[in-house]
Amino acid sequence: MSEMFTKSMARNMFYGGSVFFFLLFLGLTFDTMSVLPERDHRENITPEVARGKMVWEVNNCVGCHSLMGEGAYFAPELANVYNRFGNSKDAIIGFIKSRPVDGIPGRRSMPQFNLSDDDLNAVAEFLKWTSEIDDAGWPPNIQG
Amino acid sequence: MQYQSQAVAKPYFIAALGLFAGQILFGLIMGLQYVMGDFLFPEIPFNVARMVHTNLLIVWLLFGFMGAAYYMVPEESEREIHSPKLALALFWIFLIAGALTIVGYLAVPYATLAKITGNDLLPTMGREFLEQPTITKIGIVIVVLGFLFNITMTVLKGRKTVVSSVMLIGFWGLAIFFLFSFYNPENLVLDKYFWWWVVHLWVEGVWELILGSILAFVLIKVTGVDREVIEKWLYIIIAMTLITGIIGTGHHYYWIGAPEYWQVLGSIFSALEPIPFFMMAVFAFNMVNQRRREHPNKAATLWALGTAVMAFLGAGVWGFLHTLAPVNFYTHGSQITAAHGHMAFYGAYVMIVLCIISYSMPLMRGRAAANPPKAQVVEMWAFWVMTISMVFITLFLTGAGILQIWLQRMGDTPMSFMAGQDQIALFYWLREIAGVGFLIGLITYFISFFVGGEEQAS
Ligand code: HEC
Ligand code: HEM
Ligand code: HEM
Ligand SMILES: [Fe+2]
Repeated sequence: MSEMFTKSMARNMFYGGSVFFFLLFLGLTFDTMSVLPERDHRENITPEVARGKMVWEVNNCVGCHSLMGEGAYFAPELANVYNRFGNSKDAIIGFIKSRPVDGIPGRRSMPQFNLSDDDLNAVAEFLKWTSEIDDAGWPPNIQG
Repeated sequence: MQYQSQAVAKPYFIAALGLFAGQILFGLIMGLQYVMGDFLFPEIPFNVARMVHTNLLIVWLLFGFMGAAYYMVPEESEREIHSPKLALALFWIFLIAGALTIVGYLAVPYATLAKITGNDLLPTMGREFLEQPTITKIGIVIVVLGFLFNITMTVLKGRKTVVSSVMLIGFWGLAIFFLFSFYNPENLVLDKYFWWWVVHLWVEGVWELILGSILAFVLIKVTGVDREVIEKWLYIIIAMTLITGIIGTGHHYYWIGAPEYWQVLGSIFSALEPIPFFMMAVFAFNMVNQRRREHPNKAATLWALGTAVMAFLGAGVWGFLHTLAPVNFYTHGSQITAAHGHMAFYGAYVMIVLCIISYSMPLMRGRAAANPPKAQVVEMWAFWVMTISMVFITLFLTGAGILQIWLQRMGDTPMSFMAGQDQIALFYWLREIAGVGFLIGLITYFISFFVGGEEQAS
């Protein structure tokens, strides 16, 4: 490498560059935080929605499904399942409730979680709220 | 081995390799579940196998990184480790906590695990890669802080080199960004936004510093090239890593509710992220070509070159493939992501850990400078079998991904997810066969440790 470019120049580029871009990142994060409320509709995060997120987490739904494209790729995307199921919470609840304990022979299967009615309602509320986040028009179509 | 305390690296490396084997086993289980949906259901549901697979990966890589630090830092600092006893104690704490966590995943339903570990008090579970119970996370923090104390003290008291400073900065960053795993707000968008501060800022940020420092260390040793030259390269590479990678986080903010300017910023900066990986490949080949000595450990040199090339392919090329927002709109959360995730993790982090193991294990086992040639030949076979298998895993997943997008996300009458998956089952079968190839490579690798023969003089 060129003799003109010394090790101390390289070091300064590392320290200066990373500090500068990290500060820029913090600034952008600050700006993002200020505009997020209009996009995530946090005013609609009811106690049910919050509880639904907990149900989602303690059953590790993200270990098979993706949610807004993040998670696993083994089972359908669920950020828009509320729309895919005809804007029906009941359809979501019915689906989760009716999973056979031993799975479906030969088919990728979803466990029977034996959720309480309150938990079922909460997770459906959570998926409904998620479907309403302004996510720049993703996914490309209803199939997710 | 120049310092006795370097030997604490040995249990770390052995544990790492054991957990690696477990990871691959569960990968193969999932690979079968992809095509035989009811395989091991409901005993080991897919999500459980996935947690075991990915968490074992992260834990064994951490074992590998820490082992690397314990091996490298004494030589760099020219003194013994501050407290080898602490290093050994932390090893057992980490191994037992890790094993208990994995047993927990397999033994009880996840919701039960959450309950008995008190997830209600500080809910952090149930997010991808961060599935560990909160107490395990706290355990990880304690282990890493103890490790950082030990290494930092050693570095501060001894010779300060660029290699050890860069490694230390990398580890401090690893610890600091992990703290974001304790932030789990009710608002999913905020949760996702800061989740990436752990995941992206790890693999495309601070971990690359650890990767760079290990690579630099091994290249100094096996090529004998002047340290000044190598350190200058190291600085430039990691400068480019952070200059591109920090704002590059934006490539995860396109479709999770964040403002749309991230599509522009994320695309531009992450499109530059392959540069440091490209430089790493040029660096590795240049140093080996300019070598001032013929080091007898050919296998370690092969791993060093291999990691540079495969990291560039997996992270650089496969990353670039789907990083521009208009492309990512279609590829987001598809098998393309899985293809990239596999090759990037393997190329960058699996291979660098195997590289430092290859370099240091013979020395820790009391061999002069390298394993006997016969053992090295077996190890190099293992290198090729694992690496080529991973290339095929990546290619088959990429094929599956392209078809998935075509069937499910394009056209006027898109297929449902489940119908589309049925159509591409052939690719998943091929991936599984390549996975078996990977396992054969791994077994070959283990065998290489037990191959004897004439010892090589240094
Ligand atoms: C072990 C993997 C697994 C886990 C864990 C899992 N699911 Fe599923 N889920 C599936 C599979 C597979 C399907 C597709 C089933 C089918 O079509 O026969 C599915 C389908 C669904 C659907 C219907 C999607 C559609 O478009 O047809 C909903 C809703 C759903 N799951 C919700 C959940 C929720 C909520 C949780 C967590 C409480 C969860 N799932 C956990 C595997 C899983
Ligand atoms: C024997 C070969 C392997 C097989 C069959 C296999 C299979 C799988 C499967 C099926 C998944 C889940 C994909 C999904 O979410 O639907 C997965 C995830 C993952 N595996 Fe493997 N794996 C193998 C080896 C490896 C290796 C060697 C590594 C590390 C380099 C690795 C790293 C990962 C990572 C990082 C994920 C998460 C990917 C993501 O979220 O995009 N796997 N693997
Ligand atoms: C060694 C470095 C890298 C590793 C280990 C790595 C690993 C991963 C993994 C595991 C994921 C999946 C995350 C999830 O499950 O949601 C991912 C996603 C992604 N990576 Fe990387 N990556 C690396 C470097 C890069 C680089 C350099 C680029 C860009 C050039 C890149 C672009 C992306 C993109 C765009 C996604 C999102 C995919 C999606 O939308 O689904 N990665 N990476
Ligand atoms: Fe990233």
